[in-house]
Amino acid sequence: MTWYLAAPIVIPFVTAIMAFLFRNGPEGRWISVIGSAALLLASALLMREVLAEGVVAGQMGTWAAPFGITLVADLLSAVMVVITGITALAVAVYALADIDARKEQLGYHALFQVLLAGVVGSFLTGDIFNLYVWFEVMLISSFGLLILGGSREQLDGGIKYVTLNLVSTILFLSAIGLLYGMTGTLNMADLHLAIQEVENQGLVVVVAMMFMVAFGVKAAVFPLFFWLPASYHTPSIAVSAIFAGLLTKVGVYALIRMFTLIFTVDTAYTHTVLLWVAGATMVTGVLGAAAMNDFRRILSFHIVSQIGYMILGLALFTPLALMGAVFYLVHHIIVKANLFLVAGVARRIAGSTELSQIGGLYKFAPLLGVLFLIPAFSLAGFPPLSGFWAKYIVVKAALDLEAWWIAGIALAVGLLTIFSMTKIWGSAFWKPHPEGLEPKLSSLPLRTRAALLSPIAGLAILTCVIGFFPEPFVQFAERSAEQLLDPTEYVEAVLGEGALEPDATAGGLAQLEVGE
Amino acid sequence: MELLIAVMVGVLVATGAYLMLARNVLRFLFGMILISNAANLIIFVSGRLTPASPPLIPEGADAPLVEVANALPQALVLTAIVIGFGLFAFALTLVYRGYQSLGTLMSDEMRVAEPKGEADQ
Repeated sequence: MTWYLAAPIVIPFVTAIMAFLFRNGPEGRWISVIGSAALLLASALLMREVLAEGVVAGQMGTWAAPFGITLVADLLSAVMVVITGITALAVAVYALADIDARKEQLGYHALFQVLLAGVVGSFLTGDIFNLYVWFEVMLISSFGLLILGGSREQLDGGIKYVTLNLVSTILFLSAIGLLYGMTGTLNMADLHLAIQEVENQGLVVVVAMMFMVAFGVKAAVFPLFFWLPASYHTPSIAVSAIFAGLLTKVGVYALIRMFTLIFTVDTAYTHTVLLWVAGATMVTGVLGAAAMNDFRRILSFHIVSQIGYMILGLALFTPLALMGAVFYLVHHIIVKANLFLVAGVARRIAGSTELSQIGGLYKFAPLLGVLFLIPAFSLAGFPPLSGFWAKYIVVKAALDLEAWWIAGIALAVGLLTIFSMTKIWGSAFWKPHPEGLEPKLSSLPLRTRAALLSPIAGLAILTCVIGFFPEPFVQFAERSAEQLLDPTEYVEAVLGEGALEPDATAGGLAQLEVGE
Repeated sequence: MELLIAVMVGVLVATGAYLMLARNVLRFLFGMILISNAANLIIFVSGRLTPASPPLIPEGADAPLVEVANALPQALVLTAIVIGFGLFAFALTLVYRGYQSLGTLMSDEMRVAEPKGEADQ
């Protein structure tokens, strides 16, 4: 039975069609909420299955691997799908009050659900060309969401976002072509075996670098991140939040998958490059944030800086470091989406996201202040919130390897993160409003308030739960890191038992070519 | 044949990269279309070019009887062409809309969404 693997992909597509049919009425937005809740439920069932059975794989259309398309869920994929479900539900509820009727008629909810399908598909697929297709599904719907409404800012940001992402797409496609030419297979588990048989290992490293650049653009690492702060502050708040939470993290997930499962032949080279990239990403991101004066733009630069920590976990390539990367991914998606949602409420009641034009939120909306402080301090790494444990594990892993300079950078970047969070706090919350406005939450109608604040509160509670009871989450991340470092279980789940035995050579076309 | 296509890929990428260096967004897009065609050719050529028959299996047989062309890269290229077509149709429309409302095609002048710097004041 593989329905629990397909369900998280099918549900968003069905919801998208339904939401598009009902786009002219209020039903559309509720269909989106129900669909997102169903996605969360399906992902929870998948997680239960993966926890009980280990890695689960399903051959779509019953074509045996490595010839057909395989869907695979290991612990990392499963947790990413669950977190997608959580973020989707939060943003869908928030969108009830955030998205106006005109954007709904243009098909906001349908695009949103297709985006989710693309994200979930990328997490679950076990075939590299299929990964490309899911990336495109995700990309084209994100294009639509980004420019929905068509304001001047959106078009300006949209052009930069679209062109730079297209470059990464083409690189990804060429790299797939070259990899296929060398190994004769597209199945990721099969690639893990076939890549070791390739004679010219130098060429493998070249292709690995092409993948690194392609996914690096998606993940917004240094020096490929320019599209992100140029565009993320332009669309609706709900769109910003889902982009900030999920899109770059799909790039990080793809990097982790490729550089633990397939390209592990020359880690001394590839992972050293990743290490430098991680350091530069952390520093440039946080410095960029320090220079900005807009709520959402500061948060956008922080995405870049935080991506650096996850790449650092991957680059160090020890069990502890990968465990930190997994923990960081989960924590970051929740916290970052939440901060964007808070920025949206601030704009709603205070009139802008430009820090010089707002103020007085602490005095008139103390509840929002509390709801901002939880994710903000978690992002900066204050104990006992979730960000503290995430940073602690990654820095500990760096110290264990005696990589003092990168550990130092990670800690210094944490301090600078607090600096820009206090900048938001000082301008938006403490300082009186420049126009003497009283930004009260009670100025919003009750239903709007409920729709805007309940997802923020829910995500903040989740952050606290991860922070106060980190034990099960840490254990989970540890198991997940073990699976990543030793892909035996993954490969056997896809190709069947005995695939790793010495006489079973690489399957697929590679075998045919050896025979020729 | 492989050599010929390899040279063609090189020419396409070189021309595309030259066009993409331009400030004009439309030129950039045209350059990208060339490079995306080069990527399609890479996939095609990586499946090995053989002067063989089409990959058809005669009735009653389980496997092709003679040497046949590799069908997988053809399927991949077809998918990539369709996706690429959609993406570029979107990108061209976006650039056109951008030209209508921003009044420029020069990427240096697209600063509406950027923070206000010294130059804008």
